[in-house]
Amino acid sequence: MRFRAKVVSIDCIHHFTNVVNTISKLLKKCTLRLTLDKMYFILPDQVSNGGVSMWCELKQANFFDEYQMDGASKEHNEIYLEIVAENICRALKSAQNAKSLKIKLTKKQTPCLTFEVELPSIASNSRLVTHDIPVSVIPRRLWGEYEEQEMPDFHVSICMPPMKTLKNIAERLKNLSTYLTIAANQDGDMTMKVETELVSATTRFQHLEVPPVTSTDEETQSKDWPQNEFASARVDIRKFLQFLAGQQINPYKVICSKCFDGVAEL
Amino acid sequence: MVLMTQSEEENFALSASIDNARNVSHILKAVHFKDTATVFATENGLKVTVEDSKCIQANAFIQEQVFQEYVIREDSITFRINLDILQECLSIFGSSSPSTTAMRMMYNGYGTPLVLTLEEDGAVTDCSIKTQEPDQTLDFEFSAANVINKVIMKAECLKEAFNELDVTSEVLQITMSPDAPYFRLATYGLLGQSHNDIPKDSSMVEYFECGQTQSNRYRLNLLKPSVKAVNLANKVCIRMDHRGFLSLQYMIKNENAQVCFVEYYCCPDEEFEDDNEPAM
Repeated sequence: MRFRAKVVSIDCIHHFTNVVNTISKLLKKCTLRLTLDKMYFILPDQVSNGGVSMWCELKQANFFDEYQMDGASKEHNEIYLEIVAENICRALKSAQNAKSLKIKLTKKQTPCLTFEVELPSIASNSRLVTHDIPVSVIPRRLWGEYEEQEMPDFHVSICMPPMKTLKNIAERLKNLSTYLTIAANQDGDMTMKVETELVSATTRFQHLEVPPVTSTDEETQSKDWPQNEFASARVDIRKFLQFLAGQQINPYKVICSKCFDGVAEL
Repeated sequence: MVLMTQSEEENFALSASIDNARNVSHILKAVHFKDTATVFATENGLKVTVEDSKCIQANAFIQEQVFQEYVIREDSITFRINLDILQECLSIFGSSSPSTTAMRMMYNGYGTPLVLTLEEDGAVTDCSIKTQEPDQTLDFEFSAANVINKVIMKAECLKEAFNELDVTSEVLQITMSPDAPYFRLATYGLLGQSHNDIPKDSSMVEYFECGQTQSNRYRLNLLKPSVKAVNLANKVCIRMDHRGFLSLQYMIKNENAQVCFVEYYCCPDEEFEDDNEPAM
């Protein structure tokens, strides 16, 4: 197995950092899947405790100037690594004004993902910062667990109101109840509701942007869903807040169905 | 249900609206030391009462002028409400945001919930808070005629003193006297006594009227909630009546520069006798 990649553009480094920061806020450990043309960050599903699951797909060509990858075998030309996302954040911190960034899979005492950051300096010799992040290689037989989930059939998709407003409201609602009901329809209305024996509070947003239905979406979207009918989902407020805190990339879209799934639009 | 017709709205026993919900939540913060409060509404406005241990009572007055619209269809309305929840609802759009939250409050009489409608930047929140059976509130029979000593001072002065009180002390002794030390806050803590004197000619003191020396002890943990009020206040009026009951009146200015009052009553801890040794 071999992997090496190089980024030169500082914008790409920043964008990459943003993505990793978002991921690290969501969960500690994530799985990095490398294929010939794409890089995936996967947070495994934790439906049992209402956790957040995430699937993030980056086209390597959008980020990397050089990209070489030899997978586990010819037929399965992919690499799966388990990595602590926060460690990547730390490594990328020193790359904020780098000339170039190299990422390599190396074998020290343990398998490591090595981040080589070339920093500009006043002298002619540039400085080099190297971070080795230990990773564990996921064997072939466990790959199945990380397959892309079927996007559940969603009823309604809508662009969320500004993050800050949502966060403020969720912050307050957290003190009233543990569960929050989010509902939305295709007319651009969204409500957030909590209900306890003492209080019921409903926040309504109107005239939100409804993303146009693309041809691929059409297949998954239930066609018989009436325009103004609300689809609702009940979520744990703390999990929802955690999810909101993780979102640093705007704008994004929330898909609401019987189960709740957030998709960050990159 | 959400969109009420005009006629339905007119039938509410109490209906009030305000441009800035923070003006209400700001005042309520000053009395928010217990989770339930009793609300009295009359044509003059709202009075929110919070009590603890039958020894201390805090009243916040939100007069009718603070609201842009205030309609009451009965002589008086009383209900009890969970203050924690009310405060969360009032600040649902966050308390630090630069834009203001408009609020409409409606109550339809005994047994019905208090309905709040809040609006900020196009987002609307409807809250319906269950009301509870009102409690009999304490009457301290504190009348101005019985007041012996009265001091009005700027709040900053008392703010410092209150925030620095020795928390290991069980009691706070307040002495008011026509002679030195004029006004003294004393604590008796584990680390010793401490006195905090404010002379009558201090620039902080605006009014000083003391008929006779009075020295009373008050449970510190009962008075502690009033620190919340003093932190928000501009001026404080401290009064003591012939029984040693203490009244603290705080003048609080809201964001529209309107003046609201918050009042604390506290009964003394025990009969405090200066020179009489207790009979053996």
